[in-house]
Amino acid sequence: MSAKRLPHPQLAKIFTANDQRAHWHDQALWFVRAKRDRQAASVPEWETLRERASQIKTHCLSRLSDYLAEFEENAQRLGATVHWARDAAEHNQIVLDIIQGHGATKVVKSKSMLTEECHLNPFLAEQGVEVVDTDLGERIVQFRGEPPSHIVLPAIHIKKEEVGAVFHEKLGTTAGSADPQYLTQAARKHLREMFLGAEVGVSGVNFAIAETGGIVLCTNEGNADLGVSLPPVHIACMGIEKLIPRAADLGVFLRLLARSATGQPITAYTSHFHGPQKGGELHIVLVDNGRSELLGSQTYRQSLKCIRCGACLNTCPVYRRSGGHSYQAAIPGPIGSTLSPSHDARAHYSLPYACSLCGSCTDVCPVKIDLHHQLLAWRREVSAKKILPWWKRAGMSLLSGLLRRTWLYNAAGRAARLSVPWTPRALIYNPLNVWGRAREIPSTPHRSFRQMYRKRMRAKSKPTRTGQNT
Amino acid sequence: MSSRDTILLKARMNQPAAAPHPGTGGDWQRFEDPVRQFQETLEAVGGRLAICESRADAAAALEDHPQREQFGKIVSHCPEVMAGNFDGAAVARPHELADVDLAVLPGEFGVAENAAVWVTDGGLPHRSLYFITQHLCLTLKYTTHPADALVHNLAEAYERIGLEGTGFGLFISGPSKTADIEQSLVIGAHGPRSLTVVMLPRQEPGNR
Repeated sequence: MSAKRLPHPQLAKIFTANDQRAHWHDQALWFVRAKRDRQAASVPEWETLRERASQIKTHCLSRLSDYLAEFEENAQRLGATVHWARDAAEHNQIVLDIIQGHGATKVVKSKSMLTEECHLNPFLAEQGVEVVDTDLGERIVQFRGEPPSHIVLPAIHIKKEEVGAVFHEKLGTTAGSADPQYLTQAARKHLREMFLGAEVGVSGVNFAIAETGGIVLCTNEGNADLGVSLPPVHIACMGIEKLIPRAADLGVFLRLLARSATGQPITAYTSHFHGPQKGGELHIVLVDNGRSELLGSQTYRQSLKCIRCGACLNTCPVYRRSGGHSYQAAIPGPIGSTLSPSHDARAHYSLPYACSLCGSCTDVCPVKIDLHHQLLAWRREVSAKKILPWWKRAGMSLLSGLLRRTWLYNAAGRAARLSVPWTPRALIYNPLNVWGRAREIPSTPHRSFRQMYRKRMRAKSKPTRTGQNT
Repeated sequence: MSSRDTILLKARMNQPAAAPHPGTGGDWQRFEDPVRQFQETLEAVGGRLAICESRADAAAALEDHPQREQFGKIVSHCPEVMAGNFDGAAVARPHELADVDLAVLPGEFGVAENAAVWVTDGGLPHRSLYFITQHLCLTLKYTTHPADALVHNLAEAYERIGLEGTGFGLFISGPSKTADIEQSLVIGAHGPRSLTVVMLPRQEPGNR
């Protein structure tokens, strides 16, 4: 699966070429981050909740196999059918078989990062199944033929004028109209028809409760609920890490999820499904796709705690300024940058470097995943596996050689202080100096820090006239 | 080996050393005035609250709704708030509820911290009624004081809900909404365009 991808910096360059848009994107996400901060501050026990959520997930992962078996047994007792898929291909085939078993061709789907990870939509389309994404943001990106650029706000990179243009083309809205109210109502009308005409509803899962065999879905639009309550068949797709032990645990996770995601106290709808609806079917597909492998990694297993709130994306200075598409992964941002290389380190080698190690992601994560530590660990691994391009490896070993030798470091510093002010601009800002592309090199000081420090210490050790009588 | 057994075996082999469940009890947030907290939060998420002291109050609760004139087809399980003119159980397929303008349905209790109301499909012919109606009204009945119908936080809520045997239950907090176009909030994405919560006494004040 090691498809050749462009590294993150090259893709980010395309995004940042439009400076105004990059700033607008940055601001839009910072707005969401600020809303999250206000909500977090309104809950006095916020930090206790984060700690608790993290511990519950740690506990759950430590007994995952038991909880999975318990969940299966309880879900089946309630009348649901439980399917198991080792990988994306098996998951897609299971979903297709259920759809075809009902002779269905029209499917509505609500947001599910797992189905994005498995590339379910293109697979079903190839088999002649029409899949309509019903989340407004997902419908917009589906119309545009793009993947979502954010796990909670799929169309955060798109301007309302562009939504207006694609709706004009696909839904016949007035040309040039970009009013969000008007466009949303047009989508409502269009998607109502899709809901009413669908034969099967596919959804993701936010939480699956081992103790009761139920699943929980959180949405604001109500699209997931309409999509799985109108058609008689509901297929719920989930990664095996979505499990929680008990129903009471929801009293911890749900207080964190929406507040972290969009700065709301809770989503408009938090639906608990225990068994199928009257006369209907409920299929739950449990997907591994590398998760049980990741569970064995002491360094990276924490990433399985993720509840997909997107807070780490909203706060990440790199994500905000480079856009979700620059990650070329189902899940972008800090959490995606650690999950993606665990799937395929070669294809995603550049993602752990799409990070300034500022640690803001770790600070906002509601389940306390040590995100920036994981990204640092990945860098070590990617470098040890010799996946990095040769020039980057050569540069790094050169730098490491320099930094390990004090005398060489001092000599290089002195040489630079003497030569840089006299070197012609064109020679410094040459194509090899990546750093100088968007920045000015700071003016060269006359002395190095060590020299200044030594001088200062010497001055201090000499008793001063005024200091003598103290 | 089946996929099920492979996954379970691999998970068993790779799962880390046992770590204890920390429990869910704690000194969680409580409010001096839970009704006010509920009301402020509900209004912040785009809903309205009517606190009624009598049946007569309750019957007037929806009369000043800004979209009152649009309430043509009404399914009501709470006639004390508004009489229905259509029986949801009369249709075999939930699709036939697509033109319902207003549904008035009972809520079990509310959560002060996030203005969520717990409802189930226990007494409903079709669970889609909560989402397919153009406008939704939920009632919360109290015994002596409106605060009786509320819990402070979600931890208390889950103590109260026995999920076993619920079939379908959900928290509803405000009307359906989206901000997927440039973060502009639009009320009425796919589900109800408005949500009114009516708190009313279980019995007439004189009959207690």
